Amino acid sequence: MAQKTPEQINDDLLRPLQATSLKYKLILAFFFAIVVAAGLAFAHQIDYGIGVAGIRRPVFWGFYITNFVFWIGLSHAGTLISAILRLCNATWRRPVTRCAEVITVFALSIGATFPVIHLGRPWLAFWLFPYPSERGIWPNVRSPLLWDFFAINTYLLGSVTFLLLPMIPDFALVRDRAMGFRKKIYSALSLGWTGTPKQWHRLETAMHIMAIAVIPVAVSVHSIVSWDFAMAPVPMWHSTIFAPYFVAGAIFSGIAALIIAMALLRKFLHLEEYLLPIHFENLGKLLLVMSLLWFYFVASERLTAWYGNEPSEMTVLLLTQRGSFSPLFWTMVFCNFLIPFPILAIKKFRTITGCVIASIGVVIGMWLERFLIIVPSLSRKYLPYAWVTAPYRPTWVELTITAGTFAAMVMLYMLFSKFIPIISVWELKAGQHPEAEGAVTGHKLPAGSEAGAD
Amino acid sequence: MAAPDTIYGLFPGPAAAERGMNALRDAGVAREKIVVMSDEPFEEYEFTRTERNVTMYRLAACGGIVGGTLGFLLARYMQVAYRFPLITGGMPLVSPFPTGIVTYELTMLSAIVTTVITLLVTTSLPNWKPKVYDEEVSHGLVLIGVVDPPEGARADLESRLQRAGAAKIKGTGRFARN
Repeated sequence: MAQKTPEQINDDLLRPLQATSLKYKLILAFFFAIVVAAGLAFAHQIDYGIGVAGIRRPVFWGFYITNFVFWIGLSHAGTLISAILRLCNATWRRPVTRCAEVITVFALSIGATFPVIHLGRPWLAFWLFPYPSERGIWPNVRSPLLWDFFAINTYLLGSVTFLLLPMIPDFALVRDRAMGFRKKIYSALSLGWTGTPKQWHRLETAMHIMAIAVIPVAVSVHSIVSWDFAMAPVPMWHSTIFAPYFVAGAIFSGIAALIIAMALLRKFLHLEEYLLPIHFENLGKLLLVMSLLWFYFVASERLTAWYGNEPSEMTVLLLTQRGSFSPLFWTMVFCNFLIPFPILAIKKFRTITGCVIASIGVVIGMWLERFLIIVPSLSRKYLPYAWVTAPYRPTWVELTITAGTFAAMVMLYMLFSKFIPIISVWELKAGQHPEAEGAVTGHKLPAGSEAGAD
Repeated sequence: MAAPDTIYGLFPGPAAAERGMNALRDAGVAREKIVVMSDEPFEEYEFTRTERNVTMYRLAACGGIVGGTLGFLLARYMQVAYRFPLITGGMPLVSPFPTGIVTYELTMLSAIVTTVITLLVTTSLPNWKPKVYDEEVSHGLVLIGVVDPPEGARADLESRLQRAGAAKIKGTGRFARN
């Protein structure tokens, strides 16, 4: 990025907060309409019961759980990547981190709604909470679903604070430019931040601690989501490789989502001078590594199942590779490996457009992967009497709710970027500092001293 | 609450702010009376130097230990508090692996919550009506000032801040300018 003055950075990054175009409102209204449609579909499901969805014995997990795993995976885009880049002190991270952290918070919130949508009787979701009920029973600690409850809530709270803390100085920045009601709102959000050295030091220390804490939490979340499957005696699920396979897949889809989001922000918010080709190239390299890792995991999993030749596993394996699910399976391989690998491996193609094409492929491919993990295995469990006679087909309710969550993601992201600087202004400025000029007059405060009465 | 008596200069950049800080130190102003504010961290400069807060790391670790202990007790309680005896087929009633997961998650959760609380408490946030603040700080100026300077020192301090390169000199309380 060309060296910009602090005031130019303020103007560029706060501009999207100051004016709202008609195009923005129309796009927002479009996505809002889809979200409303999804809400109505969910209301219909509550009214008529879970039977309006396509899930039938033995395929009790369909689109809803596919979406749950997909969105939780996508949430690994932000907080985990941001935390790793912070700890590595990667200077190029500065314009990227907030874009990424926002994806985590929204994707996790959306993902966490799916178990509730899937419940059938969502008003009983509070039974997951460990509270002393009059029935004298407690949630089953042995159930991976309860582990999900603890892990997802921990990750959500960690991600929200990881996103919110560095936003406080930016809220103060907006506060000092806003008028009227907006000023009151931003004043409240900034908590009275003044920018004393003590506040800056504490904030940076807190962010360092959060980055350390949030990485193992992020890994645990998707490991636990994988154990929802791996702890069950279902063909192709009961595998020791599932936890790292899921974590790798989650980071893979997360990076892809981040690249797409950054490209859209760059274009629509005119952030060409901040989200540079080098950012896309670096993320493209990460995506390439994850694509190779994903392929390695898929190959390892399938090779082991094939070599073991266990009948129930072979049934599922062949169903996906040669049977009725094969078009989806080979589309997944195409999207997750055959598209991104050549694009990202050849430097000439690793452009912004190339990275976005590869990322769109990965997001589609990873959604298919989640679907292919769930539905074929449930269709062919160990006992053939339980095999499905009619294949699982999603109904309009599931399709509408699925579309609604994608629309909700875009809508929330648009709203966020309208009210909060999507690039952390103070972090960007701090990244531009030249080396300190040293003590100008020869006087230096002793190290370890406090310079500020606050 | 009335604003404290403060004289401050608004400096156009960190190098000038450094000169302002040194000018105040040359005038014999005690460190704890000097107030510094900026809209970005200037950690490379001496004028923002403050003590490293290792306490935050320790508190986060302590919070994690407390949360982990509570998590273990909660997970254990959930498995033994049934009104009727669970049939586990000879397996332990408190299952180690799930108990470990709940303990781990609540350990991390508590460490995170403790960090946030420590940050807020040690920086006195929220403080919606700061005693000394100037909105020009968020326009890129660095505020260097003195809280409660002696009455007779006003002219000298203003002159020193001016010579150090302050773009503006302002005050609060009895040093406020109309």
